[in-house]
Amino acid sequence: MSGKSEPIATEQIAVHPRSGWIRLALLAVIAAALLLAPQFLYPIFLMKLLAFGLFAAAFNLLLGYTGLLSFGHAAFFGGAAYFTAHAVKVWGWPPEAGILLGVLGAAALGLVMGAIAIRRQGIYFAMITLALSQMFFFFCLQAGFTHGEDGIQSVPRGRLFGLFDLSDTMTMYYFVLAVFILGLLIIWRFVNSPFGMILKSIRENEQRAISLGYSVSRYKLGAFVMSAALAGLAGGVKALIFQFATLTDVSWQMSGEVILMTLLGGIGTLAGPVVGAGLVVTLQNYLATSDFPVTIITGVVFMVCVLVFRRGLIGEFFASKLGRKIGFRAEN
Amino acid sequence: MTVAPVMTQTEPRAVLSARGLGKDFAGFTAVNNVDLDVEHARIHALIGPNGAGKTTVFNLLTKFLQPTRGKITLLGQDITRTKPDKVARMGLVRSFQISAVFPHLTVRENVKVALQRPAGLAVQFWKPLSALDRLNARADELIDHLGLTPYRDHRAADLSYGRKRVLEIATTLALDPQVLLLDEPMAGMGQEDVRMVADIIRDVAQTRAVLMVEHNLNVVADICHHVTVLQRGEIIATGDYATVSADPRVRTAYMGTEE
Repeated sequence: MSGKSEPIATEQIAVHPRSGWIRLALLAVIAAALLLAPQFLYPIFLMKLLAFGLFAAAFNLLLGYTGLLSFGHAAFFGGAAYFTAHAVKVWGWPPEAGILLGVLGAAALGLVMGAIAIRRQGIYFAMITLALSQMFFFFCLQAGFTHGEDGIQSVPRGRLFGLFDLSDTMTMYYFVLAVFILGLLIIWRFVNSPFGMILKSIRENEQRAISLGYSVSRYKLGAFVMSAALAGLAGGVKALIFQFATLTDVSWQMSGEVILMTLLGGIGTLAGPVVGAGLVVTLQNYLATSDFPVTIITGVVFMVCVLVFRRGLIGEFFASKLGRKIGFRAEN
Repeated sequence: MTVAPVMTQTEPRAVLSARGLGKDFAGFTAVNNVDLDVEHARIHALIGPNGAGKTTVFNLLTKFLQPTRGKITLLGQDITRTKPDKVARMGLVRSFQISAVFPHLTVRENVKVALQRPAGLAVQFWKPLSALDRLNARADELIDHLGLTPYRDHRAADLSYGRKRVLEIATTLALDPQVLLLDEPMAGMGQEDVRMVADIIRDVAQTRAVLMVEHNLNVVADICHHVTVLQRGEIIATGDYATVSADPRVRTAYMGTEE
């Protein structure tokens, strides 16, 4: 804990009187764009954006709103992908039940990893989560049901609630969009709730929160489990989108990637991680076919962002004159 | 018909006690053999030169530090091994030497955070923030009581130093604690604020026990019923202000000179 209370009070900017309408209009434009996007862009690519956007937003619940840097979130994302894929393919479960299993499995993993890791703070916390997720990686490498290096291939998408055939790409897209919106709504509610208020107070001054009688580690664990569960939601959906689950999704590189996405977009905002995920996934997609080395390009983009946009793309926009005029506020 | 006589003066009743309290840090004894009784409806001051171990005693009593030796009881219960958040829930609430507010929350939100737990509104992650509106009335009452109403919607970070301390007291009082531990509540305050805070402390101590670390001896003489003097981690004198200030050891140790 440190008194990180340097007042970021800049000059007061009057919020535009019709800022509520402007934000609503902005939301409507984004909603329309998401609804119409598969007419113009490759739907699988869009679904990948949504899945990673949700993953990054779930990660940010922990980093941005609780102040905990986890270096092991791939375990929840990739673990859920395995659980969902196995339930749907081997046990013949319907997709909604498979995803639910992924979410519950990720939450259970989160409970175990979180209970161990939250005893330490800062870099130690990050290292413990990394170590535990590496253990899970080797478990996935060895366990029979994951099929090691092969992964679980050709996972059927099935029929959602027995009604909607998800093998139809457009149906699948709208299903993924609905899950994405649901996930963001859950995060938004979680952050703006009585529980979220206590999380915020813990982030601001942990010692004081303890002295007011709050069992800080339980609140952190609650946030950790919620973040793991939502990362699992993203992972389960991803397994159905691509119809396979592999070791890539549980690797430490995936844990690093989600940190990159979140920092690029801006921590402590709901939209930031989604935008950051969009940027990284888009770069990977378009550079994959070119001769440019992807990792170097994303690395350079990351460095530029850290140097120029300290708060991330969306964070900078929210903190700008225009952003504040429209009434946006970034978490500090 | 007769009415039972009103008890004007209840028997002194120790609500927080320490016996043989000690703390070692890697071979260095910071606090040794401290016996302390904080009584209901009394203001007890803990004074001593810098480095005497006053804040360490505070941290031990509130369980932010684990004692090496000794025993602590709160309201008749042994809390020697209890966690700090549990101790707070049992009715022992402390303030900090460096003002402890939630800087990016408003004054009202600061107080409401303290009210949330007793009201059973701390774990609901599915409810909107408006669920906390029913705490507004109580929060505003406390804010008004401590004269912070003009700053109710200001962020705590934007308050003056003195007002941050007052806000901290408001937040502490929101828990309605049985025992208050105030670590230098008046440090860095202007003369007027000192007056006001002294009055507030005197007022709240009518129904609670208060233990405070304070350097301002005028205030200690003025409002404290009992004074304990600490030097190099040990108690060198205890009693009312007149007794303690007349003690030659205190005069040498605390004042630094023999007049």
